[in-house]
Amino acid sequence: MNFILLAEQFLNGIQLGLLLFLLSAGLTLVFGIMDLVNLAHGSLYMIGAFFAATFTALTGSFVIGVLLALPATLVAGIVIEVTVLRTLYTRNHLDHVLATFGLILFFNELVRVVWGPAGLSIPLPGVLDGSVSLVLGITYPLYRLVIIIVSLAVAVGLYLLVTRTRIGMLIRAGASNRTMAGALGVNIQRLFTLVFGLGAALAGLAGMMIAPVTQASIGMGEQILILAFVVIVIGGIGSIRGALVGALLIGIIDTMGRSFLDVILLIFLPPNAAETAGPALSSMMIYILMALVLAIRPQGLFPPRGQ
Amino acid sequence: MTVETPATVPQSPRLTTRLRDARTSVALLLLAIAAITPVAAPALGQPFYVDVTARIMIWAIAATSLNLILGYGGMVSFGHAVYLGIAGYTVGILAFDNITNGFIQWPLALLICGLIALVFGAISLRTKGVYFIMITLAFAQMLFFLGISVEKYGSDDGLLIFTRSEFDFGFAELDLSDATTLYYVIWILLIGSVYLSHRIVNSRFGMVIQGAMANETRMQAIGVPTYRYRLTAFVISGMMCGVAGLLSANFERFISPDVMNWPRSGELIVMVVLGGMGTLFGPILGSVAFLLLSEILSTWTEHWHLIFGPFLVLVVLFARGGLSGILDRLTGRADR
Repeated sequence: MNFILLAEQFLNGIQLGLLLFLLSAGLTLVFGIMDLVNLAHGSLYMIGAFFAATFTALTGSFVIGVLLALPATLVAGIVIEVTVLRTLYTRNHLDHVLATFGLILFFNELVRVVWGPAGLSIPLPGVLDGSVSLVLGITYPLYRLVIIIVSLAVAVGLYLLVTRTRIGMLIRAGASNRTMAGALGVNIQRLFTLVFGLGAALAGLAGMMIAPVTQASIGMGEQILILAFVVIVIGGIGSIRGALVGALLIGIIDTMGRSFLDVILLIFLPPNAAETAGPALSSMMIYILMALVLAIRPQGLFPPRGQ
Repeated sequence: MTVETPATVPQSPRLTTRLRDARTSVALLLLAIAAITPVAAPALGQPFYVDVTARIMIWAIAATSLNLILGYGGMVSFGHAVYLGIAGYTVGILAFDNITNGFIQWPLALLICGLIALVFGAISLRTKGVYFIMITLAFAQMLFFLGISVEKYGSDDGLLIFTRSEFDFGFAELDLSDATTLYYVIWILLIGSVYLSHRIVNSRFGMVIQGAMANETRMQAIGVPTYRYRLTAFVISGMMCGVAGLLSANFERFISPDVMNWPRSGELIVMVVLGGMGTLFGPILGSVAFLLLSEILSTWTEHWHLIFGPFLVLVVLFARGGLSGILDRLTGRADR
């Protein structure tokens, strides 16, 4: 029983970690290449979820809904890049923070006006609803398993895109030296737009996939955005590999901590104290981990090369 | 790729604070208006504005504290509101346990703010630029979630404070339960924090902080341990923000984790930048402008963020130097 619970929570942790990776990958790419701090990345996660909810309701199929919402979020990302963010590249980080803070306020309110304050839930299609039996008597919700598989596939795809294709080569060139890549004839402006759209679609995909589990709600983006910040700070800003390792680390530690820390504390503490300290400590754990990593390696676990 | 520019500073540091420019006049006028508000507002049939002004002054103290490290030190702390919560919760928790003596509450609140700022600063100041922004944000969120998870003190519903801090000097008593007394305590502490900023900025210590913002390498080359100076400034700033926090807890008689939530920190940055960072009175102008604007916009429409968000983007794109910069240009002092 205990082992099964442990295994289930471990899988939940991996699932959260992979979602975080989808979000962090975009964030870290955007930062690595454009040197842009984008607080509004979480808004794209939220917008993706709401698009998926709407398209699912219109078409009656979650899968078609997601397939429509993906390009819609990509377009939304490109529009944001072209209208606002493009003018910010030459500015400093403080300006990025302020302007994208303004964008968050705007998008949260826009979503409230368009979709109402309550949030939307997405019904799961019958095929994906239910549980599957895995090895060793572990049963796991099928849909969460699908999230894991899809995210892993996207992660592999992203890896291949960045390391094996011409576009990926340009992205890496842009990340390690923007000016030089531009001088060699790469259209940096278009590359930026492309990367931002890609990041937006990844964030949107994460939002769409989690929406049936939680729901599409206002402010969902900021909650997870701060986790994604912790991830890329731990992993090293600009590094996709760092984002993957950091995301899995945070996902697993956060989930396991919330489920088991109070049990572990019971060994050392009287029940009363453990009951109070458990939730408090487990909500702080990932930040403490971040502080530890930074105390030892201020540039993160995998600082990108060439900087 | 990252070119080492003084990335967080759009304007050159102002080594001396001139006292005879437009923004100073405006700020002094605002402080004078604040001084007569408890009498004037009820007389004009608008007693509501007494509370509005008190809140603005509390935020102005917090913004002044952030300006000290953001405007003069180039440290973009995106978690500064956390000290509002720490000081507020110290007052609230002590009051909850029936310790209402202000001589215990206030020094303890500031001490805890200082210690936490020391720990957060010691770790986050090891990093620069965007790392610093994200780490200060994450640390603040950590305490925000801590506040939410502690059920004994109200978790996310917050904590009511039944008795305000009590100051019994033996021969006399400072009665904060009297709204007007509390109002003037806030007013005096606001002036006190601006004056303290003025003294710090123009001291040798302040020169080092501004020098380290302009060119840290050069500062280190002439033998200044910039890390220690920055950390000291960070701690002073955290404690000053704590003053705003304990005032807010006393004023509202309520403290909740929301005061530490990240949008509050964002708003503090907005106030500083809107008013004009790195200027002594900018934070006052900024908090007046921000809070009045949100007050006015929210009476127009419930969805005032739809206007305010794009407004913020426009301020960033076009209004260099914030309100102070605009005032400077209007009065022909655009000397930069």
